[in-house]
Amino acid sequence: MSEANNAHNVSYLDYKGHYKGLFAWIFSTDHKRIGLLYLYTMLFFFSVAAILGLLMKTQLIAPGYTIMGPQTYNSLFTLHGIIMIFIIVVPGLPAVFGNFFLPIMIGAKDVAFPRLNLLSWWLYIIGILIVLTSQFMGDGPPDTGWTFYAPYSFRTPTNVLPAVFGAFVMGFSSILTGINFVVTIHRMRAPGMTWFKMPLFPWTLYGTAWIQILATPVIGITLLLIVAERLMGIGIFDPALGGDPILYQHLFWIYSHPAVYIMILPGMGAISEIIPVFSRKTIFGYKAIVLSTMAIAFVGYFVWGHHMFTSGMSGRALFAFSFLTFIVAIPSAIKVFNWVSTMHKGSLIMQTPFYWAISFIFVFMIGGLTGLVLGSLATNIHVHDTHFVVAHFHFIVFGGTGYAFMAALHYWFPKMYGRMYDMSWANLGWGIFFIGFLTLYLPMFYLGILGMPRRYYDYLPDFHGGNIISSLGAWVMISGIIIIFANLIRSARHGQKITEKNPWGGKTLEWQVDTPPTLENFDEIPTIVKGPYEFED
Amino acid sequence: MSEEKHHIVSYKTHFFVLVALLILTTTSVLITRLEMGPLNTAAAMLIAGTKAAIVLAWFMHLKFESRLFLLMVSAVIVLFILVIIVTFFDYSYR
Amino acid sequence: MIEHRDDLGAKMGMWLFIFTELLLFGMLFLVYAVYRSMHPEAFKLAGEELDVALGTLNTVILLISSMTVAMSISAIQKGNKNLALALLGVTIFIAVVFLVNKYFEWGVKFEYGFQPGGAELLELGQGTILFFGLYFIMTGIHALHILIGIGLFIYVYWQVKIDKIHQTDYVWLENTGLYWHLVDLIWIFLFPLFYLIH
Repeated sequence: MSEANNAHNVSYLDYKGHYKGLFAWIFSTDHKRIGLLYLYTMLFFFSVAAILGLLMKTQLIAPGYTIMGPQTYNSLFTLHGIIMIFIIVVPGLPAVFGNFFLPIMIGAKDVAFPRLNLLSWWLYIIGILIVLTSQFMGDGPPDTGWTFYAPYSFRTPTNVLPAVFGAFVMGFSSILTGINFVVTIHRMRAPGMTWFKMPLFPWTLYGTAWIQILATPVIGITLLLIVAERLMGIGIFDPALGGDPILYQHLFWIYSHPAVYIMILPGMGAISEIIPVFSRKTIFGYKAIVLSTMAIAFVGYFVWGHHMFTSGMSGRALFAFSFLTFIVAIPSAIKVFNWVSTMHKGSLIMQTPFYWAISFIFVFMIGGLTGLVLGSLATNIHVHDTHFVVAHFHFIVFGGTGYAFMAALHYWFPKMYGRMYDMSWANLGWGIFFIGFLTLYLPMFYLGILGMPRRYYDYLPDFHGGNIISSLGAWVMISGIIIIFANLIRSARHGQKITEKNPWGGKTLEWQVDTPPTLENFDEIPTIVKGPYEFED
Repeated sequence: MSEEKHHIVSYKTHFFVLVALLILTTTSVLITRLEMGPLNTAAAMLIAGTKAAIVLAWFMHLKFESRLFLLMVSAVIVLFILVIIVTFFDYSYR
Repeated sequence: MIEHRDDLGAKMGMWLFIFTELLLFGMLFLVYAVYRSMHPEAFKLAGEELDVALGTLNTVILLISSMTVAMSISAIQKGNKNLALALLGVTIFIAVVFLVNKYFEWGVKFEYGFQPGGAELLELGQGTILFFGLYFIMTGIHALHILIGIGLFIYVYWQVKIDKIHQTDYVWLENTGLYWHLVDLIWIFLFPLFYLIH
């Protein structure tokens, strides 16, 4: 028994510990299994939220009532936002790939606090369940949007309370992950792995973890105040009692803007891992990428007001936030420059992870540049709360975090499962998805400039043409997603088995351990002498 | 691991820290009885800040921990103060 | 599970958690600052409704409890288990007294109808309503943290008693102590801002 279950002989997938069956997974403190638990939960809820999106786009294919009325539409975009933001992209790469690969990439056997890690996932699940109750109780699913703006969020009779409280619980999941990763990175790097020999994905996890620790409590208390407002009429955001609804927006965005850096930084880290491998060339400007990561994490705390330009803030605040928003764009641009420079005169390997990585750069740039349109006061007034904003954040969050997540998944898949996916189907799925994505979201920029508002179930006939194209694009994109998911799910169970430790020719530590890794990752903790991206020749 | 030699703070030191805190508390109660307008708040906050620094340094052992902890605490406090300042770009200039 | 002991790492984790609490309460202080800047006179007058003597008493005993828990750590480090237990006992006692005082304080306010949504409160101006709303939220969440602290100290007391916490392994005590000092720190700022502005 102990022979077969030896922590050093058996893959983490087959390891038999104290528990059996499902319990061996949901009570496991193995960071790799916890990463997969997050992955499966996210894939499920992503599918749910994607279907909600599809329903919304179907409603919008023509003016007027198509398949639903305004109340249903409002509930749909609220739930779509809550799921996508709190359940998918905020946990995002850290929860899946951070959990799975951070210890391995720094030469450790697990994270600093494995039991807290499991607790993180449980809090995540409990939070989700609480949010779900909001959909099925008597007063109807919340219709406030995922932003829960006051005073509507405490005046609406819909079930805001469980939605908000569920998000509060999920916040603790995020905080615990952040604490775990900061301590892990400080205390558990292998001998010889100085800070500047650490690969870039762990660096981004470090910056992200600090944001998780320092920003999440802000949304925590803000949501608690909404609960207090609904239950006790405390008056903090109620203009009738002297409260200021704009203060709610300040508090909400003081978290939710740094949250977008939680979403994107690890994505950028994954891209920084993939591009050197598929260019057979060391990353251009390692230190610049590290410093720009920390700069984004820091400056990102001070730009939140750009979500509030039309809310009624003072002129001085408007100028300050616009200026700071332009500043924070600079480090992101530096990264794009570094990625492109890495590829320049590299020996490019055109395979699935690389397709995701370069399409990431493309859509992220569109998202980022349109962000400047939004960050600029004069143009913001015209496009705020229009579909221009919707397009922008789908390019930068779905395009950014989403594509990076897919890139990471296709890159690390063989290591995680000891199987390879079908590359032809993966590439076909990517291609169809990419075309669908652009068809779905590009018209929204134009519609927004024309004046089509967001969060409306109806629109003027002038906007009909663009909406037809966009809604058809949604169907194409979903087809791509189905192909991609089907390929991955099938391959995880029946794909070609591989034991090759380094199928892509990477230089970081995860490509030196077994495929799939054993329970403790390493038989012996390695001693590090080189930097992480040294490609000879 | 716990190989570091743990610095033990004497009971006497802890007691003197308490005395300092109580003196500061008394001062802040008395000082706010005077009418000094906006200086009242400034004085009260200054005293509270000093008390906090003393609690952090001695009771919470920051004075004897590795520099890293002091760096982290300072960074967090700076960040928080900056967030307040930026928020007041709105409220002070409406 | 892979066993590894890292006391410094555990302490670091505790400090990171403390940062989350600083931000949580910090935002409430931000809300206070915003509304005080909008209603300075109302806040001053409302502050006079609070009992300075009781507030000062609570401040003093909480500071003493910070000392006793810090001393209990020194005691454990010196191997003096009984002294550690006695000091922890005093800490728990003080925490309970603090909550009892709070109960009476709040009771008085409830009698006046100053609780959130109270009829008498709603008669008064917006600044006063905001002041008392913040007062109850902030002292309430603070009191909740005291309650959690009591629970933690009871657990730690028991662990010391059965020698699970001892001279060469007292991480739990140290980290609970840090938590308690945080609770003290919050009160150090709550006290002047609510009780001493008049």
